Amino acid sequence: MSSTATTVAQSAPSTAGRPASAGAADTPTNTEKTAGPPAVDYSGYKLVPAKHPGRWVGTVLVALGLAAVLWSLATNPRWEWGVVAQWFTAQSVVNGLIETLKLTAISGAFGFILGFVLALMRLSASPLLVGVSWTFSWIFRSTPLLVQLLLWYNLGYLYEKVSLGIPFTDVRFFEVQTTTLISQFAAAVLGLTLNQAAYSAEIIRGGILSVDQGQLEAAAALGIPAWRRSTRIVLPQAMRAILPTAFNEIIGLVKGTSIVYVLAYSELFYTVQVIYNRTQQVLPLLLVATLWYVVITSVLSVFQYYIERHYSKGAVRNLPLTPLQKVRRFFATHAVKESR
Amino acid sequence: MSTAVTETPTTAAAAAAGGSPSAAPAASSPSASRGHVEITDVRKSFGATDVLKGVSLTVPPGGVAVIVGPSGSGKSTLLRTINHLEKVDDGYITIDGELVGYRLRGNKLHELREKDILKQRTDIGMVFQNFNLFPHLTALENVIEAPIVALRKPKEEARKRALELLDRVGLKDRANAYPRQLSGGQQQRVAIARALALNPKILLFDEPTSALDPELVNEVLDVIRELATSGTTLIIVTHEMGFARDVADTVVFMDEGQIVEQGSPQEIFSNPREPRTRSFFSKVIEPAFNI
Repeated sequence: MSSTATTVAQSAPSTAGRPASAGAADTPTNTEKTAGPPAVDYSGYKLVPAKHPGRWVGTVLVALGLAAVLWSLATNPRWEWGVVAQWFTAQSVVNGLIETLKLTAISGAFGFILGFVLALMRLSASPLLVGVSWTFSWIFRSTPLLVQLLLWYNLGYLYEKVSLGIPFTDVRFFEVQTTTLISQFAAAVLGLTLNQAAYSAEIIRGGILSVDQGQLEAAAALGIPAWRRSTRIVLPQAMRAILPTAFNEIIGLVKGTSIVYVLAYSELFYTVQVIYNRTQQVLPLLLVATLWYVVITSVLSVFQYYIERHYSKGAVRNLPLTPLQKVRRFFATHAVKESR
Repeated sequence: MSTAVTETPTTAAAAAAGGSPSAAPAASSPSASRGHVEITDVRKSFGATDVLKGVSLTVPPGGVAVIVGPSGSGKSTLLRTINHLEKVDDGYITIDGELVGYRLRGNKLHELREKDILKQRTDIGMVFQNFNLFPHLTALENVIEAPIVALRKPKEEARKRALELLDRVGLKDRANAYPRQLSGGQQQRVAIARALALNPKILLFDEPTSALDPELVNEVLDVIRELATSGTTLIIVTHEMGFARDVADTVVFMDEGQIVEQGSPQEIFSNPREPRTRSFFSKVIEPAFNI
């Protein structure tokens, strides 16, 4: 085989482009020396991948479907894109958007901080701490968020005044009407935060449990203090398990804030409701709100990608390229090819 | 932790290495008076299972004790009581006369607070069967973490020392690799460097080669062999009998939570007194090895 290989390799370029059978028949002189069935040398031929007609049909059908949807979106006058454009950046809508972002940021941050504390309580050795944490999650996961929000807003009905003093005595340092303390904003933040904390506690606990016990043991054996063990060794590893679900929760929260419209709090969704009740342009205004939710979610998804990438350090042998790096590499190799 | 020893690693190493050509110059060898381990009548049970049924063992400073025995005989548990990763139910352990994990007050032994236990552990290095390197940190970051946090060393000093140690285990050029980018043998050598970074009096090895491919075992054993000549007290749980015979001063045979027999490798491997020891070695050692 070794002697024939060189001759065929040299002659192969001349046979390029011909059908394979003709190429094989072209080299009878080379196979004469070998005994048994003639060994055919296939080097020098171009490789052609198998065709997938089904895949092509599917792609075309989906492309047609997409085109139809886009066409109707663009041409059906009842979408009233002009109205959408008019209201998309209107001052009142932008104000509502800011309120939505504020609610998300505050409830998300406090929700996850409280969730972290609850997760640690749940993992502690004290039965009371475990019990309290479990009960918290149980109550707040068992009741509808809508009910929680209305309950917080109507706290004044249950407790007329909120006061700070020494329990079981008449000593009061200050006293305030519950209705002045619990504004719409406070009720919204309270409800969203506590609800979020109940869910994030379980997410964080799951992340912590996913870290191998040996990691804690090794850290303890090295004399690394407990707080540092949590923050430097366990949490960064737990983050890999926490992040995808945590971003699910945050994205859910962005849209979940729309539920506080029941408190007549002027976030994005309540704002567009107020507008379309006045102008009767219901669908275009719902579209305005929807588009803004899509924008927020998209931005968050980009954050998620890069944060997850950061925490995958060491977990994968080599980090995959970012989309930006892929684009750069594409142009770099493309440029090289063209210059040849 | 004696700083005097830390600051003069070369002299200490030269004295302790005793001209062994394999000993690296940067070896941080404690003086001969460090690392006397005294285990007295230690008992431990998990639920209804008695894992340790009154174990007493003395390892002199710089000694190399190798603990062998069947699975479930309590070897690893005994090792883990020495740095108080496992609490004892009864009995006590001292290192250079100091109680591990407890303090005598009145006529009671009170368990130390976490902070004080962590301080004691900086004198006792441990190498695990599954390496337990921190996967999100590079080899170098794994090694410098404990000196910076537990010994409050300046970062630059810890880094310099870590590179020396990685060089000593033959991995200086992999300092910036993450554990998953290293082979099992390389990971275990980083783990040994990490344990050495605290300048421990004592090093505990819990089946350091059990998770390795056969061809990677020797690169780890060679590093431990080199440490055996450095004057650090080593207590090693292993199933590598040939290595045990090479490196041990004392071989300890454990079975069912008790020490059945201990002595020099010659005594234990070639001429065991107890029938239980004899039957165990007849199963694990190939005939050719039995001289």
